[in-house]
Amino acid sequence: MSDADLVALWLTMRLAGLTTLLLLLVGTPVAWWLARTRSRLKGPVGAVVALPLVLPPAVLGFYLLVLMGPDGPVGRATQALGLGLLPFTFAGLVVASVIYSLPFVVQPLQNAFEAIGERPLEAAATLRAGPWDRFFTVAVPLARPGFVTAAILGFAHTVGEFGVVLMIGGNIPGRTQVLSMAIYDHVEALEYGQAHWLAGGLLAFSFAVLAALYSLNPASRPGRRRA
Amino acid sequence: MPEPGIRARLRLAYPAFALDVDLALPGRGVTAIFGHSGSGKTSLLRCVAGLERAAGRLEVNGETWQDGDAFLPTHRRPLGYVFQEASLFSHLTVRGNLEYGMRRAGLPAGTDGTAPVVELLGIGDLLGRRPDRLSGGERQRVAIARALLTRPRILLMDEPLAALDPARKSGILPYLERLHDELAIPVLYVTHSVDEVARLADHLVVLEAGRAAACGPLSETFARLDLPLAQDEGAGTVLDARIAGHDADGITRLAIPGGEILVPRRPEAAGQPVRLRIAARDVSLALARHEDTSILNVLPATVIGFADVAGQVLVSLDAGGTRLLARVTQRSWDRLAVRPGTALFAQIKSVALF
Repeated sequence: MSDADLVALWLTMRLAGLTTLLLLLVGTPVAWWLARTRSRLKGPVGAVVALPLVLPPAVLGFYLLVLMGPDGPVGRATQALGLGLLPFTFAGLVVASVIYSLPFVVQPLQNAFEAIGERPLEAAATLRAGPWDRFFTVAVPLARPGFVTAAILGFAHTVGEFGVVLMIGGNIPGRTQVLSMAIYDHVEALEYGQAHWLAGGLLAFSFAVLAALYSLNPASRPGRRRA
Repeated sequence: MPEPGIRARLRLAYPAFALDVDLALPGRGVTAIFGHSGSGKTSLLRCVAGLERAAGRLEVNGETWQDGDAFLPTHRRPLGYVFQEASLFSHLTVRGNLEYGMRRAGLPAGTDGTAPVVELLGIGDLLGRRPDRLSGGERQRVAIARALLTRPRILLMDEPLAALDPARKSGILPYLERLHDELAIPVLYVTHSVDEVARLADHLVVLEAGRAAACGPLSETFARLDLPLAQDEGAGTVLDARIAGHDADGITRLAIPGGEILVPRRPEAAGQPVRLRIAARDVSLALARHEDTSILNVLPATVIGFADVAGQVLVSLDAGGTRLLARVTQRSWDRLAVRPGTALFAQIKSVALF
């Protein structure tokens, strides 16, 4: 691998790690709300969260570019706050990745929270646990398999993105050039050998992640029952 | 001076069901909340726990838990709740489950604190296990211990035996009877089992379609002919008696108001209280006292009332201050030709002691 490839690998890992961390922070309350609300907004909010699943990444990237650009509302806000413009920066990539990978984190968490049901939380309430206490000492531990799935899917999905990155990040080595971009460049330059190294690495990585997910995560192990 | 006891004036309306009760319950002992499914038993218990928000007013031993807009959330109510399914935390060991509530109730966890309750419920060998490694009966005992260890001021039990098979049920009933003897707090015990009512309750609330059809001491309510209890195969009377003495020929005499009941030798010492249950199907009627019978317990009694129950006649009797029920066939009833006020003899074939 060339130095440029290593830089792209490191950037990709930083991006995916940071994105996953932010997604767990943002996605957990959203998933908790979706799992428990009886509000009429549940449908629309759930649909917005799921949009990145069906939307072509180029469409998502295009609108994010417009929103965060110099004339977009987000762009004006970031400029007014002295943060400059987000497109073609690492921070812009993180914001776009968080939105792009949101359903991959929210949905496993929402399923895990829904699977817990009311009962353990009610039991905790009768044992003097207040709402926050119940959330952190009962809901989160019982949803642990969901958190593992969410973190792995969020990370892996961010590693693999292309279209959104291309629109928001461009392809600036060391700043916004991620692995998938590097592969694209190698193929364009007919450097199939190098492309194979990176593409094969990603393939192996994806397989390893999924294999770990399906074999280690207790939620997918048959014959386990809740007491 | 706050009045001990539970005052519950609660209204809860759902599209297909409404709970509307105004109850005054004793501040100690076991109150059974009896009714068929859909009668609102569980809803009533959940309202007392604050798991459902009913309108009205709730006072428990002098503390107001709910009054108009003032509503104490569940986690601020000093109660213990045992759900129908044990609902243990599957991510904690048995010990972790027991200590969860103790810590939050501000009680010192650790062996010293848990020992008496652990011993009472016989779960000492289970402390290191995970809930999914327990049997149904063990889980339910742990759930009861977990609730008791918070030193609640009221214990709410929602059909704690309903999810267990008969063998497990009879395994856990002795523990509940010990609770009944040792607890100084009121227990609200939801059940649809006449047998559990007879064994455990001191006081009875009968719910029908969300309303209280009866509320009173067990001795007064259990034998009432106009309640769904009379329809049950286990209909009868429950008496609180004392061991009067033991005879040399293997008979134990039990003192009841108005006389004695003879049973095969009991282990309890003279003077001990026992609860006995006489099922209506085990009582027959005779107009004269027969000496040539193997039945030992023949009590003079007066007919108080009767009711048709499933093609047979359920007869209510007063035997010198002790209430009895007898179930006879329609033909026997016609042949005896008795009316309320008639004096006759009640022959008791068998007695169950708890």
